[in-house]
Amino acid sequence: METLLEPFAFEFFRNGLWAALMVGALCGMIGVFIVLRGMSYIGHGLSHAAFGGAVLGYTLNANFYVGAVLTAFFAALLIHQLSRGGKIKSDAAIGIVTTAFFALGVALISRVRQFTQSFEAALFGNILGVTSTDLWVIGAVLAVAAVGLFLFYRPLLFSTFDREAAAVFGIPTERLQVGFSLVLALAIIAAMNIVGVTMIAAALIIPAATARLLTDSFSAMLLVSTILGALVGVSGLYASYHFDAASGATIVLFGAAVFVLVLLYHHLRERLAVHEHLHYHDGIAHAHPHTHEGDHAHPHEVPASLAAPGQGAKGQGRSSETKVRYKKI
Amino acid sequence: MARPLIQLEDVSVGYRHRPVFTHLSLTLDEGRFAGIVGPTGSGKTTLLNTLLGTIRPHAGRVLIDGRPPGRTRPGEVGYVPQLETVDWSFPVTVEQVILMGLYVNRRWLPWPSREEKRRVAAIAEELGIAACLHHHIRNVSGGQQQRAFLARALINRPRLLVLDEPTSGVDIKTQHDVLHLLGELNRQGITILITTHDLNAVAAHLPWVICFNQGIVAQGPPREVFTRENLAATYGGELAVIDHDGHLLIAHAPAAHA
Repeated sequence: METLLEPFAFEFFRNGLWAALMVGALCGMIGVFIVLRGMSYIGHGLSHAAFGGAVLGYTLNANFYVGAVLTAFFAALLIHQLSRGGKIKSDAAIGIVTTAFFALGVALISRVRQFTQSFEAALFGNILGVTSTDLWVIGAVLAVAAVGLFLFYRPLLFSTFDREAAAVFGIPTERLQVGFSLVLALAIIAAMNIVGVTMIAAALIIPAATARLLTDSFSAMLLVSTILGALVGVSGLYASYHFDAASGATIVLFGAAVFVLVLLYHHLRERLAVHEHLHYHDGIAHAHPHTHEGDHAHPHEVPASLAAPGQGAKGQGRSSETKVRYKKI
Repeated sequence: MARPLIQLEDVSVGYRHRPVFTHLSLTLDEGRFAGIVGPTGSGKTTLLNTLLGTIRPHAGRVLIDGRPPGRTRPGEVGYVPQLETVDWSFPVTVEQVILMGLYVNRRWLPWPSREEKRRVAAIAEELGIAACLHHHIRNVSGGQQQRAFLARALINRPRLLVLDEPTSGVDIKTQHDVLHLLGELNRQGITILITTHDLNAVAAHLPWVICFNQGIVAQGPPREVFTRENLAATYGGELAVIDHDGHLLIAHAPAAHA
């Protein structure tokens, strides 16, 4: 018991634990929108851009955080503008904009040749060097994100689900996008010193992707992802102390392990749950209660050859007869 | 005399340096139920987006009831997107999709009020989807999905309802049901404009048709507009127009093989 409680005696560990809890919750919350918008690599890209901005700020004798926040925010807007026209897809825009900023940071470092501790922490994370000022900054960002999300929950949900229709209905999608980019930039800077530039993408994506497997409700996904992010942050940090491993990496590994377990559960549920939906055997369509075990192993997708005109293989759930009902095993 | 609800005056629209249509003028009176038909790439969706305000014209003026598209009363224009553009894996229920229609009204609390829930239940009842309100949007039939998006557009009692290809990607019975329902809504006073590829459905259900190919080729009642000449000018190929027991049918003309 004493061994288990041992780390709590140290202030640096207690600070780290608070930081992991808040950053985990923050990334879990924002990650839901990133995953559902299909922009999973935005976190990875913006953290690299922020790193470039931090180095630039440092060389101009400006504050580390100011340079990083401004660059990440500017990069987020630039990515949005570039991918708006449709000719350049968002993954390409992320790749171009963020690696250019990262390269700028690397070039400046190689020129100045003073690789300080703070840049090392930004790249690989240093959760055990968290100061009380860092905790206040992270707490403030978490509060801004949570209040913003509460107040703009409805327009954010609509524009994430269907941006074009939301704009037609009168939702200010452009202003929402700018606001979201700012919060995302702040979250990335808050997380940068904790999990490191190289691990931010995972901290943003894994809790949200895991939550998506567990629920079909947006509000539940948001709640589960936030709680999961916080729990994984805390347990990962705790494990990193006992295994004497890098904290950022341990947190991400913990998150990945939870994701694999949930994926297995999801897969088993899909296979073993008795359910009813329209499916096909040798071109014959029928629907009856069944599991996907044994001779009823079949995909849910409607084969392209049998789909209604215009549906293609994406015709899943589009026929007027399709019903899917899950019952507990 | 009906007054114009949609007015496009000498409008030119394009992407970068490629014009989609130029100097287009179009007036649609209040109370019409009209369909825009034309081949893929003819600019139907661009025309729709222009009057919805999501594409700004290079030149000319677009007015919905005398005001530019972005300045109409929230919910005055209802929009149903193409079902094929919907992300079916998104975690929302039928009820949440319909509720989105009310998100234009400012409310700071994330959850719906009792009044909002009552309105959702009422419109779902009206459209026959009350039983599946709590189902995930992916897990209901194509017809119910179409009705869910229609309910989202109708919940604010719009004056104009715009639908992008409501008949594509659903089976023939659902197509018929959707067009029949739109006819009912039109009789209740809602002006309806749709785009579609289904000429026979237009001929059977719609009182007004606009043949479009980077400009208006012809417009009017289907029986007057669906002629071999107009269809050839719209689609470029030979289409046969057959009158079968008073029903207008459009078919491919037999190809002349050597």
